[in-house]
Amino acid sequence: MAQLTCENLTLGFEGQPVTKNLNFTVNQGDYLCIVGENGSGKSTLMKTILHLRNPIMSGSITTGDGLKPTEIGYLPQQTEVQRDFPASVREVVLSGCLSRCGLRPFYSRQDRLRAAKIMDRLGISHLSGESYRYLSGGQQQRVLLARALCATEKMLLLDEPVAGLDPAATAEMYDIIGKLNKEEGITVIMISHDITQALGQASHILHLAKEPLFFGTKEEYLRSSIGQAFATIMIAGTEGGDSND
Amino acid sequence: MTDLLHMLGEYLKYPFVQYAFITGVLIALCSSVLGVTLVLKRYSFMGDGLSHVAFGAMAVAAVLSVTDEMLIVLPVTVVTAVFLLKNGQNARMRGDAALAMVSVGAMALGYLLLNLFSPSSNVSGDVCSSLFGSTSILTLSGSDVAVCAVMSLLVLAVVVLFYHKIFAITFDETFARATGVNTGAYNLIIAVVTAVIIVLAMNLVGALLTSALIIFPALSAMRVFRSFRSVMICSATVSVCCAALGILISIAASTPVGATIVLVDLVFFLGFAAVGRVMGR
Repeated sequence: MAQLTCENLTLGFEGQPVTKNLNFTVNQGDYLCIVGENGSGKSTLMKTILHLRNPIMSGSITTGDGLKPTEIGYLPQQTEVQRDFPASVREVVLSGCLSRCGLRPFYSRQDRLRAAKIMDRLGISHLSGESYRYLSGGQQQRVLLARALCATEKMLLLDEPVAGLDPAATAEMYDIIGKLNKEEGITVIMISHDITQALGQASHILHLAKEPLFFGTKEEYLRSSIGQAFATIMIAGTEGGDSND
Repeated sequence: MTDLLHMLGEYLKYPFVQYAFITGVLIALCSSVLGVTLVLKRYSFMGDGLSHVAFGAMAVAAVLSVTDEMLIVLPVTVVTAVFLLKNGQNARMRGDAALAMVSVGAMALGYLLLNLFSPSSNVSGDVCSSLFGSTSILTLSGSDVAVCAVMSLLVLAVVVLFYHKIFAITFDETFARATGVNTGAYNLIIAVVTAVIIVLAMNLVGALLTSALIIFPALSAMRVFRSFRSVMICSATVSVCCAALGILISIAASTPVGATIVLVDLVFFLGFAAVGRVMGR
């Protein structure tokens, strides 16, 4: 059974559909890249998967294969509030364990050990006492990734994880994500503008527009006419400059 | 100097001074701890707006000659806090605009009611003391202190028990919600606790100055400290010191309690800002 299944999903607001007839499945260990122009419904889809909004007009989105709806680790785009927030790296990472606390008011020893292990794995142990707001962009993203890993071992949902990072930090971030996917079998769903990278690492591509233009493996995508056209445009575009939101 | 200490020692023997001291310190403690969250969630103005609403409610209570004003002031303030919070989320009207409207509306209504129907002869004195606290802190009865102490301890218990959740929803509400934390419930708790603190703080420094108790210690602490916990602890410590110092100064120099405490807070803030600058943060 698939971890995530979308069947005939139409998302929209106030009767206006944003995306129509989405059909796709994500299996354990997949690396799915969601690409598409602005306004094609990428972030709406993501917020629906995370249960942050409920714009479902028809169809369904279900989790399976032992994945609970709240077991999706989420790496959001950075918000303005966080940039001046007094919080140590340890505090931020630990907050990912909160969902497993339930009504228990404090973190357990296991939670702390888990957070320490994950910080070690992502190479940010030496930063644990540092303030989040004084880290570089790449370090901040690694901290947030560690927090997401505290929340889940199964599926990561990454929203433009390299937006605003310099080339070295971008490469490093992709490297970490690729390793988590390959070596630990963590399912990755990533929203990305960066088609070159998507084609490099992803196993599956979902190309969104008003209607889902394409869903399938990377190889199939590269052979499709839409994939070839989009890849050419986007690669030409990204060479000119940053394609952040 | 020894004369001054001697004099303060004498004053502290009076029960009404002790009452003022205990309530002042407790209120300062609560408001500063929650203040960190409110400042970081960009809710600083909420404290200000709510205190104006509390003033309006107090005027209504005075006009109706209710013996225990808390019975009207507290529910009205709590309901307003919840309403403002919901409104901020639904954003049909911008949260800050709604807040400004409610806040000035309540002030105007309160002042008008007191002017038209006040049972007391000294209207401007009453208004002044509810706005700036004046000497009311020194006229607290034993039962006032008991109510205040119980409320403060409840507030502190809530903050301690929900500390990690409060951190999570302050730092990143979206993430918390995505991983199954009931952010709506915790935001509601924060709103209710804020309202309770405002009503308590009004006894100490008056309606216009309550938000100072909430924001100053948090801002001071944030100038120097880097982790959420150290900011919390520092904010609480600063606030307690300022309140204690302010009350002592106001007794020794016969200055208005509320204004004195707030000015001490301001001095501390300037000090912390200077330290922060020296440390290059």
